[in-house]
Amino acid sequence: MSISETANPRGSVVDRLRDALPKLVLSPTVAIVAIFVYGFIFFTLYLSFTDSRILPSFGWVGWKNFENLFRIRAWDTAVWNLVIFGSLYIVVCCVLGLLLAILLDQRIRAEGFIRTIYLYPMALSFIVTGVAWKWFLDPGIGIEAVVQGWGWTSFEFNWIKDREMAIYTIVIAAVWQTSGFVMAMFLAGLRGIDSEMMKAAQIDGASTFALYRRIVIPQLRPAFMSAFVVLAHMAIKSYDLVIALTGGGPGTATELPATFMYSYTFTRNQMGIGAASAVIMLMTIAAIIVPYLWSELREKK
Amino acid sequence: MGFLDIKQATKSYGALQVLQETDISVEEGEFLVLVGPSGCGKSTLLNMIAGLEDITSGEIAIRGKSMNGVKPADRNIAMVFQSYALYPNMTVRGNISFGMEMHGIQKQEREKRIDQVSDLLQISHLLDRKPGQLSGGQRQRVAMGRALVREPDVFLFDEPLSNLDAKLRVDMRTEIKKLHQKLGTTIVYVTHDQIEALTLSTRIAVMFGGYVQQLGTPKEIYDNPANMFVAGFMGSPSMNLFPAKVVSGDGKPAAEIKLADGKTAAVPFAKDALASSIGRDIILGIRPEAITDKDGADRNSQAVHIVEAPVEVTEPAGSDTFVVSQIGGKDVTGRFRADVAVNAGDVFPFAFNMEKAVAFDPKTENRIA
Amino acid sequence: MSTAAKSSSFSAGRIILYILLLLFCIYYLLPLYVMVVNSLKPLSEITAGGMMALPRDWTAAPWFSAWSTAQVGVEATGLRPYFLNSIIMVVPAVALSTLVGALNGYVLTKWAFKGSTILFGLLLFGCFIPFQMVLIPMARMLGLMGLAGSVPGLIFVHFVYGIGFSTLYFRNYYAAFPTELVRAAQIDGAGFFRIFWRILLPSSGPIAVVCIIWQFTNIWNDFLFGASFSDFDSQPMTVALNNLVQSSTGVKEYNVHFAGAIMAALPTLLVYIVAGRYFVRGLMAGSVKG
Repeated sequence: MSISETANPRGSVVDRLRDALPKLVLSPTVAIVAIFVYGFIFFTLYLSFTDSRILPSFGWVGWKNFENLFRIRAWDTAVWNLVIFGSLYIVVCCVLGLLLAILLDQRIRAEGFIRTIYLYPMALSFIVTGVAWKWFLDPGIGIEAVVQGWGWTSFEFNWIKDREMAIYTIVIAAVWQTSGFVMAMFLAGLRGIDSEMMKAAQIDGASTFALYRRIVIPQLRPAFMSAFVVLAHMAIKSYDLVIALTGGGPGTATELPATFMYSYTFTRNQMGIGAASAVIMLMTIAAIIVPYLWSELREKK
Repeated sequence: MGFLDIKQATKSYGALQVLQETDISVEEGEFLVLVGPSGCGKSTLLNMIAGLEDITSGEIAIRGKSMNGVKPADRNIAMVFQSYALYPNMTVRGNISFGMEMHGIQKQEREKRIDQVSDLLQISHLLDRKPGQLSGGQRQRVAMGRALVREPDVFLFDEPLSNLDAKLRVDMRTEIKKLHQKLGTTIVYVTHDQIEALTLSTRIAVMFGGYVQQLGTPKEIYDNPANMFVAGFMGSPSMNLFPAKVVSGDGKPAAEIKLADGKTAAVPFAKDALASSIGRDIILGIRPEAITDKDGADRNSQAVHIVEAPVEVTEPAGSDTFVVSQIGGKDVTGRFRADVAVNAGDVFPFAFNMEKAVAFDPKTENRIA
Repeated sequence: MSTAAKSSSFSAGRIILYILLLLFCIYYLLPLYVMVVNSLKPLSEITAGGMMALPRDWTAAPWFSAWSTAQVGVEATGLRPYFLNSIIMVVPAVALSTLVGALNGYVLTKWAFKGSTILFGLLLFGCFIPFQMVLIPMARMLGLMGLAGSVPGLIFVHFVYGIGFSTLYFRNYYAAFPTELVRAAQIDGAGFFRIFWRILLPSSGPIAVVCIIWQFTNIWNDFLFGASFSDFDSQPMTVALNNLVQSSTGVKEYNVHFAGAIMAALPTLLVYIVAGRYFVRGLMAGSVKG
């Protein structure tokens, strides 16, 4: 590194090492990603075409696992549950998040404090959220028992034990956990809108409602995009919350693809089918994430 | 062979060639300014000298030693950046000392040099502050101090004044010039400001589109621009360029120009260079200070000619009044004395000092006379 | 504008607004309230339908039980050993992934090379894949590495899948860091590591905090990897809490469950309360912008 090195002939080993240093530093990460992300993806992809059961095995069975998968009732339930849960979760989170953000954007006193309260569930583990709501919604001791104790003896709220309704309790708990975060995203979007434009619209005579509907909300498109991507990918990956809240039950009423994959792979010893279900999950997420990442990274360039 | 030699250097990014083959030889103690609009390749060339960018082909040598492949730290150069690039987490002292530290200079020697340089630049009282606590002008001084302590062979300046306000920029310009005269160091300086180029340099390279358009002393560049680009780029307000035709008047070549009121006028050239080009279309170039009111014309000139032309706009600028007329469909600006009574709409005598006129080929845009 | 705001601050609209905000506060705080009050009362008060009421008989016994004596899985150890597992797991995983992320971000922005954006895109995609996709091969791999069912195995897994996000944070932060500073340091004679160490790192405080908080929260709260790759004695807190709550033997000790849930939530909640600003910034950076 001293000046005397100036005279060194170019292209020496030290020099070449120095030039390659940045790539060298990056290479462990590249290796890790190549093996533990993409290698593993291909491994699982491969397994989904094999007759693996308790352990990976390499007998090629073609599309049989996928055919079987779609014949399994539990998978059917899981996919439908995901559709119900995912769409409700995304819509309710967005509506609630946007509402809260707009309410908080009205020059509120103690805004920081209120924001903190709305957002804290995001710091919790889904397991904790699941435990809290599990007992809170439990008819024996939770809200139903409490209201009945207050004198309204005919009050019923036993969704968590109801095959038809149990999936909605997952939505309730998930929305509780995430909506504050969506609010924060929208609030950041709102704060990014040029205040002079708001003034101009007020001078143009727009009512508060028209102001938000015509001027503000259309400009929140990027925030909606981000919220959608984040929520959709969280919905597809949802696992912990179901395990803690309902354990997939009653019966298989709240099974989601993530829990299905886990139980078929590790407890029912149908690894090939488990792998096939994971592949379907990956494809679904990729369909959402890849275009998003593509547009984000392109824009940057 | 000069002190800093740029030999047939080029730079491309993939298929895009941003610097065409360039040859510049800089003598020791010279102040070379690379000037041009953004994207002309001047900063690329500077970064190539610094070693921050590779040379695609050709060679750059300092003191006769090829610098190709030598890393920036080992070229014995110092650089002042546009944003000053002061390390935010270090004090001024730390900033100035860092480079010496990296080059293994003893602490005692470092202290001595810091003292000298901070005296020279009058920043001694700032040494223990962080860059965030300094004004723009102070940061500028620290950045120069950081370069100076290295006692490099070549100083590189990358638009160092462009982040300062107008007043401070003029002051710092003078100071850089003083510093150069005092220390006699070799400097390569990049700017897009042609006034900086003219005031500071001993030589200027005007660049555009990856080519060096003209390399010369400030006077050569200003008086004899090699082509229409250089003519238009250097000088403010810029040189008037308008179409004319070479005609023969009294046995001498003259430029026939078309005035706004439809009349034509023939102004004889001071030189005979275009005698063989009668009938040829040209672009005539005359700087605003060579188009004056009658009494303001250069008394030493042998070739002042009066043209009566309609005045379109007058722009009083305090010390002078700029008077605009249309010639050959182009706005042509003259620089009149401030107290000349001239108004828009008047037909007024304009005095053309043809000694300062140049002519360009309309197709190649190169100067022909 | 200001006069309009003043006159409206006492209007009916404003009152409704504040009532709405208050109702939502109650909605978000209710589960926390339920957890806290029920962790401090005897079981009989809960089963008698008194979940919403304050304890009549204040007691810390559920907390002691959850911490050191409750039945978790097969053993009556309380949650303490698992809490320690989580800490032993989180600290090195966070430190390693943050450090590697910082170096990656530095290379990707200041030493960018052909294809580095694509590389970053591939890295980022790794953050979003459903981890179900890697469970099977990872279980095998940990076996091959001799790390199956151990805390070091979990550290490794969290480190590997934490790199993506930490790289994202540092890359976006360093992208805004003036490249001229790096060039100045190069001319001053500083090498690759020295520039990182002396120039970039001292200015990286804010993003390091964001990254550490994000990784800490994520790894502490993880359940899937913990459930898949740990043995009884290497389970992290979340898995142990779930076992405590789901154990089907004996009476359901709701008060103990709530105490345990609070214990599992406490570290991340604490981080959120102390460094909320950075926490939010971490969430946002993780969701928007590539």
